Amino acid sequence: MSKTKRLLAGPYLLWMIAFIIIPLVMIAIYGFTDKTGAFTWENVIAMVRPEHLKALWLSLKLAFLCTLVCLLLAYPLALILKAGGVKKGSFVVMIFILPMWMNFLLRTYAWLNLLDDGGILCTLLENLGIARFSIVGTNTAIVLGMVYNFLPFMVLPLYNVMCKIDDNVINAAKDLGANGFQVFWRVILPLSFPGIVSGITMVFVPSMTTFVISDLLGARKIMLIGNIIEQEFSTAANWNLGSGLSMVLMIFILISMAALNHYDKTGEGTSF
Amino acid sequence: MKQEELALKNKGWHQFSWIVSVGCLMAGLILSGCGKKEENTGNYPNGEVKVYNWGEYIDEDLIGQFEEEYGIKVIYDTFTTNEEMFPKLQADTSMYDVVCPSDYMIEKMIQNDMVQPVDKSKIENYKNIGTAYLKKMEEFDPGNQYAVPYTWGTVGILYNTSMVHETVDSWDILWDDAYENEIIMQDSVRDAFMVALKRLGYSCNTTQEEQLEEAMLSLRDQKRLVKAYAIDEVRDKMIDEAAALGVIYSGEYLYCKEENPNLAYAVPKEGSNIWFDGWVITKDAQNVENAHKWLDFLCSAQAAYKNFEYITYATPNLAAQEMIEEEYRKDPGIFADEETINRCEVYRFLGDDMDNTYYEYWKKVK
Repeated sequence: MSKTKRLLAGPYLLWMIAFIIIPLVMIAIYGFTDKTGAFTWENVIAMVRPEHLKALWLSLKLAFLCTLVCLLLAYPLALILKAGGVKKGSFVVMIFILPMWMNFLLRTYAWLNLLDDGGILCTLLENLGIARFSIVGTNTAIVLGMVYNFLPFMVLPLYNVMCKIDDNVINAAKDLGANGFQVFWRVILPLSFPGIVSGITMVFVPSMTTFVISDLLGARKIMLIGNIIEQEFSTAANWNLGSGLSMVLMIFILISMAALNHYDKTGEGTSF
Repeated sequence: MKQEELALKNKGWHQFSWIVSVGCLMAGLILSGCGKKEENTGNYPNGEVKVYNWGEYIDEDLIGQFEEEYGIKVIYDTFTTNEEMFPKLQADTSMYDVVCPSDYMIEKMIQNDMVQPVDKSKIENYKNIGTAYLKKMEEFDPGNQYAVPYTWGTVGILYNTSMVHETVDSWDILWDDAYENEIIMQDSVRDAFMVALKRLGYSCNTTQEEQLEEAMLSLRDQKRLVKAYAIDEVRDKMIDEAAALGVIYSGEYLYCKEENPNLAYAVPKEGSNIWFDGWVITKDAQNVENAHKWLDFLCSAQAAYKNFEYITYATPNLAAQEMIEEEYRKDPGIFADEETINRCEVYRFLGDDMDNTYYEYWKKVK
């Protein structure tokens, strides 16, 4: 029996080896060698160069901001959805997921059209007599784009975990004399914690590594660490440095995830 | 042609070319199925020639015309960037007979011993090529041994005459506070540095780190005025009047002007980059004779004129230039005059290490 089970895992194992393990090994090989193929630490240490650190710091800042905004938007929504009952809730959730049926790149291009000079928003404001403005090329535009694209990743785990909270627990707290705030602070928040942790990782990681959003909405004036790595591969043709930097970024993300998961002891909300 | 332009041109045609290639494949299958294959080889008594060119960089009617006139079958493939083409040919130069890279890439291929000298006595129409262009090309191909020019152009400032009321004749205007948030810079390393280096009075092929450092600082200083760094989008943004000034290749100018008549083009007095795309014959080409015939055909006035009409990039073919309408021929934006050409410099291949150094400085700008 156990042998058949192992066989069933075969296709996935193959998939994993071909598309996860081997590429990771290749990144490591490229990252630890120079152009001649000799071993070097240089590509990894390159992360501390000022231009790379600057990009890393900016990525961290924007990813943090994006995660915070997503959390502040999604948490109340999840609360409302829970109060509204499952039927209503799933409808709203579907509306939230609806944009995800469209390609991520197209959605970001749509934002470019919204925010750009001569774009929809700009023209509208101009016609209303408000000064012409364009936020494309600013950090605000990038954070907006990230929040829009990654918000569903925050809503879903939060909604999931909220639905699991037994109403009886809340009622019991109320019976025992807790006021609204106490119910939230002592009961709902701790119980929804796994969802928060999971939502944070699912938003933080992609917004930390994005390069498409910053490319399009940042007018290529803003370099995040994702852009630096992407350009090492595409325009600079320096695969070694690109790999070295990605490894550092991967380790960085692993550490932050480990730190977050430390708080999620039950592992209920984790998606990994 | 610059790789970025090509990437842009290809975008719109990508789907189309897919349909065409699938269609050709099917047509080919049907034809070969009907036993017409033998008949086809019968049509081409003089063998074949394998051509590797930029995408959308020839009037495709010419290929058929060549096949008919010379009885040579053309196997035609395209690439998107110089960098994409190079490793393919490096692996095996016999894959293609004639290739059309840009100046610095031709130099790199010469250095890597991937091309063979062209026998000009076999190219009767070579006399049509302007000597001024050939002289300029000697900078990267001494003695014009290897490359036969196909197209050429400059890098300059495209500006909107309804928004810019002064004369545009200097790169300094891209550092003028009056145009804050009205400037679009090229997002490619060599072009951006060329602008800064030329403005400072240096060569755009400099290998001196102090000069690069100085250029980097000035580009960093300029960043606050820049609306966007762009490659493909420069042309659309300028047509949409989203900015007043943009750095662009002269090959795009004709298209922009036709879309928006307010746009004008200038090559600054400090000098700029002049670029060439040229045909080279690969080292291990299998159809050297036919490759020469292909070059001879493209150098004919009629073919070069047809190509200009189609791709709108300036041709170095003087006989073809005479056939072009005066309005275009006399437009210094399309055909830079001799004085302009003389203050422009060709990009040289600076070696892999120097390429890397340029890129490191570019990252510091941003």
